[in-house]
Amino acid sequence: MNLIDWTATDLLAQLDTGTISSVEITQTYLDRIAAHNEQVGAFLHNDGDEALRHARDVDRRRATGQRVGQLGGLPVAIKDNLCIEGVPTTCASRMLETFRPPYNATIVQKLRAADAILIGKTNLDEFAMGSSTENSALRMTRNPWDLEHVPGGSSGGAAACITAAMAPLSVGSDTGGSIRQPAAFCGVVGMKPTYGRVSRYGLIAFASSLDQIGPLARTAEDAALLLQIIAGYDTSDSTSVNKEVPPYVNNVSQPLHSLRIGLADEHFADGLDAEIETSLRDVVRIYKRLGATIEPISLPHNKYAVATYYVIAPCEASSNLARYDGVHYGYRTDVRRMQAELDRQRNELEAAGDDAGLRNLDSQLVRMYRQSRSEALGPEVKRRIMLGTYALSEGYYDAFYLKALKVRRLIRRDYDQAFKQVDLVLGPVTPTAAYPIGDKVDDPLSMYLGDLYTVSANLAGIPAISVPCGRTRTGLPIGFQLQGPALAEDSLLRAAYMYQQETDWHQYRPHLNE
Amino acid sequence: MSLTRAQVQQVSLLARLQLDDQELDRMTSQLSQIVDYVEQLSELDTDDVEPMAHGVEQHNVFSDDECRPGLDRDAALGNAPKRDDECYRVPAVLGD
Repeated sequence: MNLIDWTATDLLAQLDTGTISSVEITQTYLDRIAAHNEQVGAFLHNDGDEALRHARDVDRRRATGQRVGQLGGLPVAIKDNLCIEGVPTTCASRMLETFRPPYNATIVQKLRAADAILIGKTNLDEFAMGSSTENSALRMTRNPWDLEHVPGGSSGGAAACITAAMAPLSVGSDTGGSIRQPAAFCGVVGMKPTYGRVSRYGLIAFASSLDQIGPLARTAEDAALLLQIIAGYDTSDSTSVNKEVPPYVNNVSQPLHSLRIGLADEHFADGLDAEIETSLRDVVRIYKRLGATIEPISLPHNKYAVATYYVIAPCEASSNLARYDGVHYGYRTDVRRMQAELDRQRNELEAAGDDAGLRNLDSQLVRMYRQSRSEALGPEVKRRIMLGTYALSEGYYDAFYLKALKVRRLIRRDYDQAFKQVDLVLGPVTPTAAYPIGDKVDDPLSMYLGDLYTVSANLAGIPAISVPCGRTRTGLPIGFQLQGPALAEDSLLRAAYMYQQETDWHQYRPHLNE
Repeated sequence: MSLTRAQVQQVSLLARLQLDDQELDRMTSQLSQIVDYVEQLSELDTDDVEPMAHGVEQHNVFSDDECRPGLDRDAALGNAPKRDDECYRVPAVLGD
């Protein structure tokens, strides 16, 4: 068997017994990246020399009996909205193209301490806003299963690099489905943990009450391995949850007895692709065979989730992205040219005696903010900043933002009610499989509606996992989603593991030309 | 259209963005479409519902009142587009 066919868990066992070295593994993945990244575009940035230097150090320590961290020399890819000190961290935006963070994200510190080899930074929709990675200002990522299709997003690079065997593990972020949806489109496992389970310190903020960092991998067991390292309380994130982290890795292979799974009618209503529905029915059959009981539940406010999300997320984004002002860091417009243009406009208005026009003319500083932001931010980011600014502006706050926060509670209550009755909720991740590149770029609302099944977990703050469960007639992956109550990551991983023991969808790889 | 072009222009100033004519047209129609969609929230009666700002509701998280090292000045200024020794440089704020 080729080294890239091993799971992260298997590789770690081989590392521990010394039958394989971290340098061999790291070099193998670096070779894959060199061979296929041009085609797939999963990575924005790699530092192979630094990765190999760390791998050699881990091998040396292991050989001399010194301490080696829990990930013991396994490569891990990092989404490019997570700060690594001194390493380009761009959010796939022109705004941060040259930005090098002065500090490490907490998860980066933890991964380094666990001796993960940080193999590169993965592509995303600009500032994680999008569902296809087409909004990256820096490069195109293609779905390795069909290069003319999108990989999903925003963690498109993070999912594509797993399925294309360019990394055994990767870290993404999920604000409205940004881990789970690309995981489904690319046929890998992706988990959004409970809000607060993983510290957000050093994650470049999009919508702070919804953002959460999580693992992508081929199997639930591998996802457990990564979550084990990145989860936990952190005083640098005031929203971090101060609860002990369960032993996910030890527990993941323990089946759940008398598991109660809920199915919501709302998840199987109009709009769900027939092939996906058929795959989901097969998943249900497998869980039944494993002894689970299936119960109908109701999530009556689910249909309002997209509307609620597309008020709250843009409001928070418009506030968070106010920091990109061309002053502290990031892109600044050519100030000399800007001033010359401003002078020309002023002279013109003065000559015309247009007093109102003069009063409305930007000051130099305001013009610098506006021009810097407009030149460096892409259309989707601008759209969300505009939407959020509008919804928070005087006279609209109550009708939009406050209203959405109230509906958010109704969505949360639906889940509280459901979890009195069942342990987990099973449903789709996406209404369709991956779509062709360019299909939805001119129609933002139709792109947003694709987030129908994923945004509720972010609004409610609950954990959810996406697991591969089939392929369409045209060969594109299909995933199913399990959602659980707050801090039920352990059950989600165990349930996903049970399913993967019975199926082999996670073992297939797309064929990439050498 | 639920938003006018003039409204969108005003919002672009609040958002510190500058949109050209073509962008203004497109933004007006796209934002209108999205706002029309989210207006469905108004059909729900939420008078007695407490707003929910966070997924895990925690209040008053304090840290100990003690001095800790922060970023040093050079690191903090390291990514500035333009700096002047100890400060960020910006175009003149006063005097025009």
